[in-house]
Amino acid sequence: MTSHEPLEAEPGTTAASPDKSPALPAPDVDQYHVNPSLPPVDLEKHHDQAERQPKHRAPEGGKRSFARTFREELWADNNFTVTLLAIFLALVCGAVLMVIGNAEVRDQWQYLLYQPGKTLGDTWAFVSTAYTDMFKGAVVNPDTVNRWYWDMTTWQQVFYPISETLTNAAPLIFTGLAVAVPFRAGLFNIGGQGQAIMGAIGGGTVGLALSLPAVVQLPLGVLAGALIGGLWGYLVGILKARTGAHEVILTIMLNNIAFLFLGWYILQAGIKDPVRSDAISKPIQESGRLPHLIPDPLLRANFAILLAVAVAAGVAWLLKRGRFGFELRAVGHNPHAAATAGIKVGTTVALTMALAGALAGLGGTSVALGTAPALTVDMLGQIGFNGILVALLGRVRPWGVVGAGLLFGALQAGGNAMQTFSGVSVELVGVIQALIVLFVAAPALVKAIYRLRRSPAAAAQAGLAKG
Amino acid sequence: MCGVFMGEETVLRPVRGMKIVALVASAGLAFAAAACAKPTEETPGTGTSAAAKYSACMVTDTGGIDDHSFNASSWAGLQAAKAANPAIDPSYTASTAATDYDPNLANSVTKGCKYIQAVGGLMGTATKTAATANPKVQFSIVDADNLGLTNVYPIQFQTQQAAYLAGYLAAGYSKSGKVGTYGGMKIPPVTIFMDGFADGVAAYNTAKGKNVQVLGWDKAKQDGLFTEDFGSQDKGKQKSDTLAAQGADVIFPVAGGAGLGSAANAGTKFVVIWVDADGFETTKYGSVMLTTVVKNSTDGVKEAVTKAAAAPDTMLTGGFMGTLANNGVSLAPYHDFDSKIDPALKAEVETLKQDIISGKIKVESPAQPK
Repeated sequence: MTSHEPLEAEPGTTAASPDKSPALPAPDVDQYHVNPSLPPVDLEKHHDQAERQPKHRAPEGGKRSFARTFREELWADNNFTVTLLAIFLALVCGAVLMVIGNAEVRDQWQYLLYQPGKTLGDTWAFVSTAYTDMFKGAVVNPDTVNRWYWDMTTWQQVFYPISETLTNAAPLIFTGLAVAVPFRAGLFNIGGQGQAIMGAIGGGTVGLALSLPAVVQLPLGVLAGALIGGLWGYLVGILKARTGAHEVILTIMLNNIAFLFLGWYILQAGIKDPVRSDAISKPIQESGRLPHLIPDPLLRANFAILLAVAVAAGVAWLLKRGRFGFELRAVGHNPHAAATAGIKVGTTVALTMALAGALAGLGGTSVALGTAPALTVDMLGQIGFNGILVALLGRVRPWGVVGAGLLFGALQAGGNAMQTFSGVSVELVGVIQALIVLFVAAPALVKAIYRLRRSPAAAAQAGLAKG
Repeated sequence: MCGVFMGEETVLRPVRGMKIVALVASAGLAFAAAACAKPTEETPGTGTSAAAKYSACMVTDTGGIDDHSFNASSWAGLQAAKAANPAIDPSYTASTAATDYDPNLANSVTKGCKYIQAVGGLMGTATKTAATANPKVQFSIVDADNLGLTNVYPIQFQTQQAAYLAGYLAAGYSKSGKVGTYGGMKIPPVTIFMDGFADGVAAYNTAKGKNVQVLGWDKAKQDGLFTEDFGSQDKGKQKSDTLAAQGADVIFPVAGGAGLGSAANAGTKFVVIWVDADGFETTKYGSVMLTTVVKNSTDGVKEAVTKAAAAPDTMLTGGFMGTLANNGVSLAPYHDFDSKIDPALKAEVETLKQDIISGKIKVESPAQPK
């Protein structure tokens, strides 16, 4: 691992990073981050360097008021506005697909010229009902609140949608971090799915095989998940560091291996449930399960979400203040420079992938010990791959990943409700998620569509990044 | 309201964009304001007034609604029930991961479904949770028992009976003296087919004093050839190529969509016996389909939901056990091969069927439902 040669063919990896787009601050200048809502003197000083800003020249020597900054940023190409507008744009595209996908509404469009009012009214009714149902399934259902007010349902029903959102968000935050962290080191981890599967196997095996007191068994299960997932990631890191094999190829292949291994594993004696006729493992012991936040069978949200936020905080600290985080970012920025500065590039790469694997492994474990009753081949769905979207939407920053994970969790929970209530296919949610990321990854597109102004704060940051 | 959607289409203009945001916001306010009146007692959730309707909902497993297998045929059962009784209002919810089963069943209850069809034994745990929490809702599950609950109606199949007939037919049809089978995964809902098939071949050997071999499954050892995948046609093709290379001229893939790989590449090397739903009708490879071991989820589901809708206030008792006797499992018509199969063989298969129905022949498999 002392050799850094294999990394020479590597610098292209970071070129695909969304951080390189001019409007976004590069990740490696975190420490110079300027809060756009404050008008510090520094910002003014660099303002003129940013050029092309005739409209927003700062008043002579004075500070700009908060209100003015807010007004200028509201419709400018800063991250927040672009993300919000990307989400809106994706929802609009989703609405068009929804209409195309619904036979009744689509047929009505044949009569657009004869019955324009009815056609557009029907369309609006259908689309708004579907999105309202999505909201009802993800955040709060006013009908339920109303029924609860009149004592016609339990308070648990009121919190059910938000509980579902948190339940879906937790594994996505973990797998999102598992993509975001290596991204900062210039590595593209497509292996979240495989690492999550291995984590689920590790955590699930502890959960179903042992019957210890919960205070021992639960932490043991979570650690086992992180460990096995971490080893699966480390395997990629070590192969890359030692042999120069590309991590994208490695992780894709290991995803398949992990998936087929899970299929084989749950059928083995001692793991398979002997009383069930299907391919399913023995149930996870009660003592190994993550407890619900609120002890109620309906509200599935469990401690995984708290763990996810805590881990995100840890990762944020590590990247910003930790020695390893600094090395990681240095390698991501320029491996050669990092090597010259005395950083062991190979070791950093291997450990970064191990950390990523552990994070994804935690995601898998949180499902195995949280919401899944036992290990099955379809227990994880696509959390590993959705993690890539979450990481990109979160701008590969830990807190961004938490936000994006919550949004995607809400879309998932709302999508489940939407398809049951409105009959809109749940696949649409996947399309909306992908579109959001697509628009976020192409800020120039969003900017052109909405004719956004150039953000003074973002421009100042771009100036800082160059200087 | 009508203009709003037009606005969305011309969203390229920022001013319109702002208007839409405002409209969406005001729609949200209107929506909140509407939630102040006392609701009616009857329908929870977003239910439209469906007084006379009997809402029957289905939650698919991760195979999805168009899996050419039990999800598709169970959905066909709900559709058939609607055709017979227009008051039945079917809808379905697709699951993308095993962890979706809980919310999808719970949402179906919230929606106000009176009958909820779960598909597949893997949904057993989630169905049990939902059915325990909602004792007044009729649940039903395909390929699992009643989970110890009175409001769960089980729909199961003695598939080995029909597979036995297919095995006998295959042994009689084979010219090479070798027939082959492979499964999608070594799990009871698959091996039950292979057990019956192997027994049928053995029965033919005993009756005729022949030695037709079964490749790909050993019933005594409960071991054989598996693709470990229900979707990959490539893997299905590999397995049938292997079997054909060993001399098999009748191949029985029990691997869902993976089996299509065999059907597509059968050519003149071998013929295929399909599973679940009549392959002559549901696939485009009818010309190589000798017959199909049909698992009639459609009829099972149709019967269950029709009975449930007839007495909406009571829970169904018992369960549906598909056998040759009630046509819950069967051998599909021979279609193109009708003229190519020896009439004597056809008659023998028919006799065997009657013997199994009468109980004269017992077909057993370790995987059969109890």
